[in-house]
Amino acid sequence: MIDIFGILKGKPGESDYNKKGVIVQGITGAYGSLHARNMISYGTNIVAGVTPGKGGQKFDDKVPIYNTMQEAVDATGAKISIIYVPAKFFLGAAKEALEAGIKLLVAIPEHIPVRDTMEILNLANKKGAVIIGPNTPGIMIPELIKVGIMPPTPFKAGKIAVLSKSGTLLYEISDALTNAGFGQSITIGIGGDPINGTRMIDAFDMVKDIPDLEGMVVVGEIGGDSEEILAQRIIDSGFDKPTVAYIAGRAAPKEKRMGHAGAIVMGTYGSAESKISMFNKANIPVAKRPAEVPVLLAGKMEKSD
Amino acid sequence: MRLLEFQAKELFREYGINLLPSKSSATIEEGRKHAKELGYPFVIKIQVPVGGRGKAGGIQKCQNDDEFELKYPQIMGLTIKGEKARAILLEKMADIKKELYLSLFLNRSKRCYTIIASPEGGVEIESVKNQIIKEVGLGDVSEKIAREVAKEMKLEGKSADDFVDILRKLSKLTIEKEAELAEINPLAIMQDGSLMALDGKFVTDDNSNFRHPELQKYQEKTEIEERAEKSGFSLVELDGDIAVVGNGAGLVMSTLDMLSDNGGKPACFLDVGGGATTESVYEALTLLSKIDRIKAILVNLYGGIVKTSVVAEAFLKAYENNLIDVPVFSRLKGTESEKAKEMLQGSRTKIFDSVEEAINAAVMGVKK
Repeated sequence: MIDIFGILKGKPGESDYNKKGVIVQGITGAYGSLHARNMISYGTNIVAGVTPGKGGQKFDDKVPIYNTMQEAVDATGAKISIIYVPAKFFLGAAKEALEAGIKLLVAIPEHIPVRDTMEILNLANKKGAVIIGPNTPGIMIPELIKVGIMPPTPFKAGKIAVLSKSGTLLYEISDALTNAGFGQSITIGIGGDPINGTRMIDAFDMVKDIPDLEGMVVVGEIGGDSEEILAQRIIDSGFDKPTVAYIAGRAAPKEKRMGHAGAIVMGTYGSAESKISMFNKANIPVAKRPAEVPVLLAGKMEKSD
Repeated sequence: MRLLEFQAKELFREYGINLLPSKSSATIEEGRKHAKELGYPFVIKIQVPVGGRGKAGGIQKCQNDDEFELKYPQIMGLTIKGEKARAILLEKMADIKKELYLSLFLNRSKRCYTIIASPEGGVEIESVKNQIIKEVGLGDVSEKIAREVAKEMKLEGKSADDFVDILRKLSKLTIEKEAELAEINPLAIMQDGSLMALDGKFVTDDNSNFRHPELQKYQEKTEIEERAEKSGFSLVELDGDIAVVGNGAGLVMSTLDMLSDNGGKPACFLDVGGGATTESVYEALTLLSKIDRIKAILVNLYGGIVKTSVVAEAFLKAYENNLIDVPVFSRLKGTESEKAKEMLQGSRTKIFDSVEEAINAAVMGVKK
């Protein structure tokens, strides 16, 4: 079992409790530098950056830059890294991170070839590391640590876990939850690719035993069958925390990729109907609109009281 | 990208997978030449990137010149599931003993490649109960695994040998071209026991295109799609009259759903992406201005990293240059949305507090 809170937060008594170090791969790029600054201002402890050829320099006069992941890990002991390199350089960067001992790798880039993702997953399995993404907004414990690209405003600390394939829908729905008084204990971006480092069920396993968890929101979309498998797991495991789902793409035509590489319906495989009917079977209401999610969640909570 | 049958067969041929003689053409003149070279009888097959061709009359036998002159233009003129014919394939007829199914595909939930084989071919695999399923990691099928599958298929002698050979070649092709799906259905057993691929479906991973210049020639893109891709947008054309624009694939899909729920018909799906700038949104509007069926534009933005004011600026510039003459209904939320609303005050963009209101107004607006 992966202790995601142990990785992101740590345990009381540890010297870096609540301030786990994070390395940014591609910190000097336009995208990497923007988000490194945003993460720092959110309170994430960015301990190093990596850009080959820029070792020895400092990012914003503060964060040391290294040429390789090995050097960065040796110098900082960090176990978390986030990658902002272009898709074609992802495989190399991710391999370097895992070889250097990174245990949680957040893969932001979109358009990574599936073969590269699968290769990295094989390596991650061997090394006992977790991959979030690719094509993900990242992972965060609101008001404590953000390893990703989410804007800060929609999120508030709380007791609801949110798992989402989509980035903007994660923001939109978390915003609606926050406004309704539902803060979030953790939000996990599954990503929009066909192959995910952390699938819906893996993310569910990470959050289902959070001691003070009060509910879960699943934001899915057409393509694949990870929502169906999750619904089955919820049935089998007897998970009884109030859970609400939302599925995007009901009106999408078949056999067309809707923006995300993974958002495609082939025949009936990956269809919204299939996902919605499985959630119904698991007694999980599926919202018709993002704004309906907190309403349904509140309803579920009343019933479970 | 999804290859057409004749394109998939070009790759099969290159990798040494047994095929019947066939020729593809785009005009009847070319087709007549091929008919002479192949000799009757043969099958005329429409080339479209969707299934269900047979049922729609897109695959027909042809015995002689008269039939050819009648059927070629008729099949060429078909539209199947909204797709017009890209070409026509003429293929020799075969004396078949039995039809099998074989495919290698990217198994999303298991996160590995998987072989599906079945002794019942020629029909949709979803409807076949007797399936042999084997997971094969990154797609490499060894002689041993191929033999095992052949044995489970109860193939013997020449048929078993051919099956092993074809499966291994299909595996090589899948790995080298980075396919998401390589399917032969039907894979036919001929009277002499040899095996032959009668149809081919091949879907590659678009994200690996940069490693495959050799597949570029199969890329089929409209000018608008090409420009969208260059600017980092995702654009899917649909057949309604309200263009749906937003940031993030999930949010745009969600907007499409809500629009459809309220009786609106989406004209396109346009995700301006996470890195939208004034220039890129202006380019998006330029592309929309080229789609004639659009009667209104529905904008749903949740500004996170993308500032909504950046998008507002693009709209103002578009109005200034008379790029857009249809009404725009928008909901702007998130970063700098107050500023964006101020900027758009009094312009052709109508701003709503909720997406539901914007959608209702757009649906009403188009009806007028």
